[in-house]
Amino acid sequence: MTTGLTRPDGPAKLTGTAHYAADADTSDALAAALVTTTVPNGRLTALHTADAEAAPGVVRVLTRADLPPLGELSTPPLGFPVPPLLEDTVHHEGEPIAVVLAETWEQARHAATLVRAEYADVTPAVPFGQAEDVVPHGGLVFGETDESKGDVTAGLAAADVSVTATYTTADRHHSPIEPHATLARWDGDQLVLHSSVQSVLFAQAALAALFGVPPENVRVFCPFVGGGFGCKGFVWPHIPLAAAAARVTGRPVKLVLTRAQMFTLAGHQPATRQTVSLGATSDGRLTALRHTSSNASAQLGDYCENTPHGSTWMYASPAIETSTRIQRLHRPGPTPMRSPHEGPGMFALESAMDELAHELGMDPVELRLRNEPEVDPLTGEPFSSRKLVECLREGARRFGWSERNPEIGSMRDGHELIGWGMAAATMDSPRSPSSARLRIDHTGHVVVETGMQEIGTGLPAMVQAVAAETLGCPPEDVAVRHGDSDFPPHTGTFGSMSTMGLGSAVRAAAESALEKLGAEPGDPLAGALAEAGLTELESEGRWSPEGGGMTRGRTGGYSIHTYGSIFVEVRVDPDLGLLRMSRAVGVYAGGRILNPLAARSQMIGGITWGYGQAVLEQSVFEPNLGRFLSKNLAGYIVPVNADIGEIDVSFVDDDDRVASAIGAKGIGELGAVGVSAAIANAVFHATGRRVRDLPIRIHHLLP
Amino acid sequence: MRVNVEVNGEQRTEDNVWEGESLLSLLRDRLGLPGAKNACEQGECGSCTVYLDGVPVCACLVAAGQAEGRSVRTVEGLADGDALHPVQQAFVEAGAVQCGFCTPGLLVATHDLLSRVSHPSDGEIREALAGNLCRCTGYEHILDAVRLAATRGGGRRDQEWRSPDRAGRPGAGAPRDTGDPECER
Repeated sequence: MTTGLTRPDGPAKLTGTAHYAADADTSDALAAALVTTTVPNGRLTALHTADAEAAPGVVRVLTRADLPPLGELSTPPLGFPVPPLLEDTVHHEGEPIAVVLAETWEQARHAATLVRAEYADVTPAVPFGQAEDVVPHGGLVFGETDESKGDVTAGLAAADVSVTATYTTADRHHSPIEPHATLARWDGDQLVLHSSVQSVLFAQAALAALFGVPPENVRVFCPFVGGGFGCKGFVWPHIPLAAAAARVTGRPVKLVLTRAQMFTLAGHQPATRQTVSLGATSDGRLTALRHTSSNASAQLGDYCENTPHGSTWMYASPAIETSTRIQRLHRPGPTPMRSPHEGPGMFALESAMDELAHELGMDPVELRLRNEPEVDPLTGEPFSSRKLVECLREGARRFGWSERNPEIGSMRDGHELIGWGMAAATMDSPRSPSSARLRIDHTGHVVVETGMQEIGTGLPAMVQAVAAETLGCPPEDVAVRHGDSDFPPHTGTFGSMSTMGLGSAVRAAAESALEKLGAEPGDPLAGALAEAGLTELESEGRWSPEGGGMTRGRTGGYSIHTYGSIFVEVRVDPDLGLLRMSRAVGVYAGGRILNPLAARSQMIGGITWGYGQAVLEQSVFEPNLGRFLSKNLAGYIVPVNADIGEIDVSFVDDDDRVASAIGAKGIGELGAVGVSAAIANAVFHATGRRVRDLPIRIHHLLP
Repeated sequence: MRVNVEVNGEQRTEDNVWEGESLLSLLRDRLGLPGAKNACEQGECGSCTVYLDGVPVCACLVAAGQAEGRSVRTVEGLADGDALHPVQQAFVEAGAVQCGFCTPGLLVATHDLLSRVSHPSDGEIREALAGNLCRCTGYEHILDAVRLAATRGGGRRDQEWRSPDRAGRPGAGAPRDTGDPECER
């Protein structure tokens, strides 16, 4: 069993006393339930609320006319750029049209079913693939839509071997176990929110702007998040609706999204269609790489799944060309989901690399080693640290790759076909500002405060460890308080950024405290305070990447990314088409690993997430109804424990002081990347079937 | 309606409970016990698992009125004062806790398993926890935690709790260690 830091948040979570947003005391609160559109487009022409108003326990039904005037905001911080209650034009199925307020949640939900809406001009929704590809604009475009270097057409023409293929990935939903929840309470023009969010900072800023009050009038609490994976990163309509309902009624209001509403009002990872062309010399050196993409998007917001992004830094090709487009459809707004961009994108690139290796008759690990760049192949800038080669070699060693017979269908275990496949993994390293306050009392006890919310990644343990390491005190002397917008701001727990920013800020705060005390790491803190004549010492630490705001991985003259390799064994029943992943080996380079226990769990969770992408997870969009068909966890299948075979996770030595002051990088999303390609490549090895459409289902594998 | 229910050893009475209310809401919104979580609303994820007369149930699927005159034990009732139950201790040591939202349900399910089968096989563990979804951990550290709790005799104290005065109540059979993962499920 791996050992590591013990979670300071552990006991509260184990005894039911860790309070999530929906656990806030609601004895005097009204329960809210949303009524939402049942059609994907057209116009709302009438709303009938009388039956709902007469239902047991109902206090009031709010429609658009009842809301206070709200300011306008764009995406982000909003998840979808519309007023929180629809007035006329329908943008998608599941859009809020009324709020039912009742004494209990069940009464509110029951009454919500009694509100009747009338619509006009409704037509079937145009499916993804049948609308025009357009260039996306706005705040939900992450990175460039078009990038190029060299002449890809000439590079493909000059190649000895080339492959071109189209790959698709499915609509997927984050499905955190905790649904969104917000409790809103007004005291005069002061708003208090308990809300399940990945950024108390975004929630505070957005609510202040919407309600026209200064940010300091909005206090957001979110110490614990029951999983987010991106769907709680931005501010979705239920948060301002809870606040508006509380303002209108003068009572606190608790609004918990239903599981079905989690499929329409909190984003999803949109379906993508990608085409990759690779050209290579007969000895396996790339001459050209082209990766184009289109994703399903909503009517508004232009969320762009930038799948080709990682293809611009992975391999040493003299010619690279990428482009990404969207289709504006009548469907709910997508949003980043673990692992955005590279998650779907590396399925296509790493499948194509496997196809190229097969055409060349070359080992797929060797093909990647031959195309390892010395500098960023697009920009020519140095990598801050890049240990992909180490990951590939160590992964192959741990897996026993040298025992692989490359011939298709050559490895069997009784009736089952065995396939071994692999892929490389990468994630961009966006970074963002963070800050922390550190207080030492006369007993030497340390308290660190930060706006960061604990979302499961173990940030309190990380904060404790970094403070203790810098001060030279035992970790148990450090307490961590978090998830309150009155604490020093932390941008958000998304984008695999938190450890870099917050860890660096905590280190700065601890260094500042030592400097103020004139003490060295390891000096007894109580004694140092006494010597300085102090009963308490407070210091603040801030950290931000170059430029002061949120950045992408290419910043300050460096190319900053994380890397890994994933090797899997699959077993396929050739008669029944059953597919299992019996074994996986993941080796990762993600900077200095601060907590091996938490890091290992993150990577196992990531590989499991990637397994879900590969073989289970798909939200089917039905065009006639214009909705996702299965808006629940029975129809949207996520991995269960019996799906997961043996998983071996390890890290290569890495310490990246360009990425952060503590040598760490972000690993929260890296583990989920490449898994689907490795599984598809293993399926090809086992069966000779090249599956280019996720998820891989029985019908792909039946005889 | 009025509901009388014993919760974590304490007799509780709640008035004006609407017939459409779930046991989960009764516990969370009325009795101040938010440990069991609302998550999938349909018995898929196991996050709301509590004992009802000694049998694990999804509290979201039980009407509050069905708990009348019965006994409920929630995650809040597993620890002995400040001392964590061995199952809880194993979960934190093995790194089986991440966001923590599925944790209360997994703890009750594990507690139940080990009270029936003191040294379960991996297959028995996987079967017993098949109704509990976790979106963070990938499950491996959870399995580690159950194995660790078993080696520490995590089930023994629960057998005391389940025995004699509950005999004869629905589902509250004598403690068994049959090795059969199907028993009582």
